[in-house]
Amino acid sequence: MKARQAIYVAGFVALLLILWQGLFLLFGLRVLTPPWSTFANAWNMLRMPYYWPDIMESIRAFVIALLIAFGLGSIGGILIGTSRTCSEVLEPLLVNINTIPKVALYPVILLIFGLGIWAKVVFGALHGIIPIMISSIGAVRNVNPIYIRSGRAMHLTRWQMIRLIWVPACVPEMFSGLRLGFSLTLLGTIFGEFFASQKGVGFLLMNAIDLRNIPTIMALILLLVIFAVVCNSALLAADRRLHRRQA
Amino acid sequence: MADATRTVHARVEGLTRVYPARDGRPAVNALGPIDLDLYKGEFLSVVGPSGCGKSTLLELLAGLALPTSGTIEFEGIMVRGQVPEGVGVVFQEDSSFPWLTVWQNVAFGLENSGVDSAEIGRRVDFAVNFMGLSDFAKSYPAQLSGGMRQRVCIARTLVLRPRLILLDEPFAALDQQTRLLMGDELLRLWRETGATILLITHSLDEAAMLSDRVAAMSARPGRLLEIISTGWPADRTSRIVENAAFGAVTARLWTILRSESMKAIGHGETSAPA
Amino acid sequence: MTRYAWVRISIVAGAALILEILCRTGVVPRLIMIPPSEMMASAWQILASGEIKSDFYFSFVNIALAIGFSVVGGFITGLAIYSAPVLRATLEPFLTSYSAVPPIVFHPMLIVIFGLNRAPQVIIAVMFGLVPMAIHTISGLRRIRPVFLKVGRANRLSRAASIFQIQLPAAAPYIFVGVTLAVSYSVIGVISTEFILSASGIGHQISFAYDNYDNRTMYGLVLLLLATATLLNSSLRHYSQRMLQRWTR
Repeated sequence: MKARQAIYVAGFVALLLILWQGLFLLFGLRVLTPPWSTFANAWNMLRMPYYWPDIMESIRAFVIALLIAFGLGSIGGILIGTSRTCSEVLEPLLVNINTIPKVALYPVILLIFGLGIWAKVVFGALHGIIPIMISSIGAVRNVNPIYIRSGRAMHLTRWQMIRLIWVPACVPEMFSGLRLGFSLTLLGTIFGEFFASQKGVGFLLMNAIDLRNIPTIMALILLLVIFAVVCNSALLAADRRLHRRQA
Repeated sequence: MADATRTVHARVEGLTRVYPARDGRPAVNALGPIDLDLYKGEFLSVVGPSGCGKSTLLELLAGLALPTSGTIEFEGIMVRGQVPEGVGVVFQEDSSFPWLTVWQNVAFGLENSGVDSAEIGRRVDFAVNFMGLSDFAKSYPAQLSGGMRQRVCIARTLVLRPRLILLDEPFAALDQQTRLLMGDELLRLWRETGATILLITHSLDEAAMLSDRVAAMSARPGRLLEIISTGWPADRTSRIVENAAFGAVTARLWTILRSESMKAIGHGETSAPA
Repeated sequence: MTRYAWVRISIVAGAALILEILCRTGVVPRLIMIPPSEMMASAWQILASGEIKSDFYFSFVNIALAIGFSVVGGFITGLAIYSAPVLRATLEPFLTSYSAVPPIVFHPMLIVIFGLNRAPQVIIAVMFGLVPMAIHTISGLRRIRPVFLKVGRANRLSRAASIFQIQLPAAAPYIFVGVTLAVSYSVIGVISTEFILSASGIGHQISFAYDNYDNRTMYGLVLLLLATATLLNSSLRHYSQRMLQRWTR
């Protein structure tokens, strides 16, 4: 089954590449670069020291944003989730806040944090933190009360309850939220670099867009896509393994 | 007990169902081989330990699944993967559609069968009244209790005037008292429609109380161990439990099934009935 | 309104009040933020004067188009993927990674193909909104209780009848959640693109005000945008929750 799935994925990727090449033949260099040269350009970008500061800047911003989003999101969500009143009051509020076009808040963030790395970190974290919080609240609330009662019936200490019951019960469901939060934080960080930034992958992209530099745009998109797909697949595999233990 | 004057309504011969091996799990022999004759107009129950394949038997008979080997016949015509006209099925879980009212639910099958709307109205009104749902015709299933929702499902099957009704543990989710009342309802339905009824149940009491014959199945792979004829009169109700012979029937069933049930939960014992 | 709704309203009002005090007392400098009361005054002024009417109209049309295409396109895509289990398993990692790349980056290519009209912006917004709609369509169809399908077969329904009379109604509440998201993401997509790459529309006006240090106009517009989006999204969500409650038990 796994082997068959791998074949399907490979087939799908091959199909995408063929479509890509087809679009190139249709529209020409003014619109696209073909797969082979895009991969070559991307590879060059990774090799040339010229691009490293920007890539490092983005990675740095993304990692910090991710830690904030994951950390504050899960801890906040767990704390809120353990209290019934708290979650009933706050969860709809959080869901509402989540639907706000966060791009509207971006100028506000720029005004508060200035033009440095912190604006994009906050913007990136902002995209991820609320879905993670919402999903953590859900995970805590959905823990089967039977488990809690069993733990109490076995006279577990508070610390044992957390370690042996709460954490194993919550983590699988929280994980899906973490996966979504990962992608959203990446999106937020890159988007944050589009505007009023002098460094980073997003800045390079924005520059290339202004200059209509199609080869650079395509190569950068490719790097982003590969990064996102690889990380997401790893998270997905971890997610599946966690859920299999639950059955 | 073969009765020469009774006609066979449905029959299965050499029926087996094997789920093929997948993902490193071995093949599962779910059912069979089974030979069973259903006589026209009778009320037959099938009992057996969990996992023995009772529901599989019902699905095969209904044409909802394909057998691995063997034949299924209804009114002389082979059944192969399609539900034949004249067969009605009531499932274990509540299958009423939450987006339709009770009336619309009951009318559902008729809307697609080419019957004209005046006739639909007549039949649905009749079925709704018959099942005691007339006060709730405009309510939605979410507003009804479990027992009432199962009545909606039965009414939905009734409007199509099936000649064979298959019920897969329809009262499993209900409490005991409601089950007994629903059993009486089922008997009333059986008498008034004259349909053949096959009831799958895990309750030996229920089977013994309601049926003309009770078929006991072994643990997986399910085979028929014995068919007991109760000999009850046609106008029976749940009060049949007062009959001394009732205890004998249930005792016999349990004797047959006790060792099978233990096998089903993992204790090995030979399957020779006492 | 429930008790909890009042608590929520007071939390938001309380936060606004604290912000007001912080701004008025100078703890938060004017260069960074103006007091919420002034934001509201500015928003009112902008609405009343109608000076931004053409931009509102511009954004609104783009958003409406994007919603239309996202919902229809997302539904069809979701239906197609659902009908082919092969596709479902293959596409899952790609679908969730999709949200990591801002579709805005395709703007230059789209301009070359379609020209300098609405099309690039609408297409980018559709790229935002179509995938969540497809994901939720698939999710809704998957959640159909198998026994409903069996009822369809027991009644000898044709495949088409089964889809229209059983599967779609059964999946409707979840599909509607997808519609809610498509709306929300279409708004985000249009505004984001206008922010960076457009010469008209609300997003552009906000960006313009920011560049010109016109905090008053900027905050007024931001407030208007937030208020409209929140109103739209919460009414959709409210309706979708009522639907879910009636459909499931």
